[in-house]
Amino acid sequence: MSTPILEIKDLSKSFGGLKVIQGLDLSVAPGEVLSVIGPNGAGKTTLFNIISGIYPPDSGEILLDGTSIVGSSPEQIAGLGIARTFQTLRVFLNMTVRENVMAATYGATKARMWQSALRTPKARREERETRELAEAKLSFFGERLVGYRWDQPAYSLSYANRRRLEIARAMATNPRLLMLDEPAAGMNPVETLEITALIGRLRDEAGFSILVIEHDMHVVEGVSDRVVALDHGVKIAEGTYEKVAEDRAVIEAYLGYGAAGRK
Amino acid sequence: MSNIGVDRWVAESSEHGPKGKGWTAPARSLLDRVPSGWKLLGFLVVAAVYPFLVPQAGVRIGITALLLAMLAIGLNTVVGWAGLLDLGYIAFYGFGAYFYGAVSSDQIGVQWPTWVAIPVIVLASAVLGALLSLPSRRLVGDYLAIMTLFFAQVFLEVIVNYERLPGVDTNLTGGPNGIIGVQPWQLFGFPFDTFNRNYFLLLVLLGLVIVLLRNIDQSRTGRAWRALREDTLAAAHMTTPVNRLKMLAFAVGAAVAGLTGTVLGPVQVGVFPNNFQLLFLITIYAALILGGLGSIPGAVLGAIAVAFTPEILRNPGIAGWLFYIGVVVLLVTVLRRWRMVAAVLAGVVVLGYLVRFLSLAIWDETILGAANDTFLSGILDGWLLILGPASDVVSNYAFVLALAGVLAVTVARGWRRGALLVPTIYLAILVWENKLSLQDSVTRQLLFGAVLVVMMAVRPEGILGTRRVEIT
Repeated sequence: MSTPILEIKDLSKSFGGLKVIQGLDLSVAPGEVLSVIGPNGAGKTTLFNIISGIYPPDSGEILLDGTSIVGSSPEQIAGLGIARTFQTLRVFLNMTVRENVMAATYGATKARMWQSALRTPKARREERETRELAEAKLSFFGERLVGYRWDQPAYSLSYANRRRLEIARAMATNPRLLMLDEPAAGMNPVETLEITALIGRLRDEAGFSILVIEHDMHVVEGVSDRVVALDHGVKIAEGTYEKVAEDRAVIEAYLGYGAAGRK
Repeated sequence: MSNIGVDRWVAESSEHGPKGKGWTAPARSLLDRVPSGWKLLGFLVVAAVYPFLVPQAGVRIGITALLLAMLAIGLNTVVGWAGLLDLGYIAFYGFGAYFYGAVSSDQIGVQWPTWVAIPVIVLASAVLGALLSLPSRRLVGDYLAIMTLFFAQVFLEVIVNYERLPGVDTNLTGGPNGIIGVQPWQLFGFPFDTFNRNYFLLLVLLGLVIVLLRNIDQSRTGRAWRALREDTLAAAHMTTPVNRLKMLAFAVGAAVAGLTGTVLGPVQVGVFPNNFQLLFLITIYAALILGGLGSIPGAVLGAIAVAFTPEILRNPGIAGWLFYIGVVVLLVTVLRRWRMVAAVLAGVVVLGYLVRFLSLAIWDETILGAANDTFLSGILDGWLLILGPASDVVSNYAFVLALAGVLAVTVARGWRRGALLVPTIYLAILVWENKLSLQDSVTRQLLFGAVLVVMMAVRPEGILGTRRVEIT
């Protein structure tokens, strides 16, 4: 196996006396979709927050393409190639759809403020390229985020479209690893199917390695190359969807002790 | 376009559409189609013609408006775009004004040429702004506001009380007396030494600042500011260096304020601590919020409105117009039914005659005077109780009663509201004609406040602002 895009070694994090993540090892191979599942409070979102730089880990190592990113700020980590979406949507509501995506290119663009103020040729070219990039990313979502919506404020989008917009925005940072925090949360069955197909396309067509947290097992089944199950911050199972879904520890984590035996 | 169907229809026909709704929509969509460059040009042309049409006093008001517009635009960068509630803003204005005053008067015996002074002052203001941004790394919202307010107050204290630096014998700021004899700008041997010249200087500066800031707003920097206003954490995760951008926003705002300050000194031939009181900071905020937070044309319009409205209200005829139009508009918006409005107006007329008749019949001391000279005075003379000598006492009681009536109206519903409106409106007119319109300095402020309240109630997003959604 080639070097993993993301490799986490012996990661631990406590909030006071609460051990949220304990000795976690995890890796995402290039071009792989890895799902993280687990009951509420298992530490999934905390894991995302640690990887994306909101909290520093207490101990352990996080390697992006073999380079440690521990101690870097969120904007640095985003610049290095890890983009994420949020469980509770955090699009820039009062900016247009296009601006939302364009805003994610700040770290990759170079025009200084005085160059923008004077509209130097360089700044204008970069601005045009940014705009084209944003439109290309939005076009990935087909008619869902199509042309006429680009100039509308993000708050006018439906819930599902805001989720799509958040993914488009994350794509615009040009990441190597895309982290999706419950992309199907709050979606109806049709939209859930679309999201499942979308994650597949993100891997196959756009070529991202993807780390996804998801509660909807249909989505997990549909998208995952591998699944990691967490409970109380500890990895309790890892492998293909079929293997994890039938794992005794996983079923007990969700349904309680002894549930696995009953059938 | 062909296969969108329902989605597109929804987008174009509901409020999700770009045009919006309401009776101003056609005008607004027409205005939207004019490129912003042409709008700016149109504004500059009108503003350039203005001083030739008005007396000297009008030019002075114009200068006030332009100063306010510059300040509002600079403040917009910090508050409207980056979303940082900066109450220390006034200090940068003061810093620019005092700096220019110190190096362009006899205060410390230094006379810098303008082309040296201005860049240095603008740069120094920006650095000061960047320094003040340091607390914003950790503090946002109310806490940042308190912190920066403290800075504004410290600035005032320092210029008033620490006019001498320790160990230096020069009086730097003139203490409570300020700096007098500030020299005008002088570029290429041309002195900006009259009101008209300063007016045009400000107009050029304003145009320049508008163009530069608009370009920044539409660049990656402007987008990043708005992104961190919307959601700082998400912005950081989208590769935005949050702290650097906050610093940049503070620095740009401070630079504009500092630049504006350098023109204040020459205009009033001095700079005084009084120019930088918190009341004026609130005036800048009023202009910006009235015009629409986040919009440059809005900030300019807001500044013009805030600068001119109190001056226009000096004219009792116009103030009278405004009062009666305000009464009718409020009546319509409160009642919303034409039949009810007509009934209330009829009630007011009947009540007026009744009170007049009863007063003349019962109260011996009733001596009728004449209504103030407004467009309605002919009608009012024969209807309203315009009291002569006893007017003060009666109208004071009426004032209190009218206020109580207004409060009661806000609580009442249905026909009770209409019934309460009749005496309330009558009392309001009585108070207006007998008392308020005679004391224009107080009334001006009251009316101005009322205008602001009504404006903000009608359009909370400001004249040219766009509606902002917090959580949906």
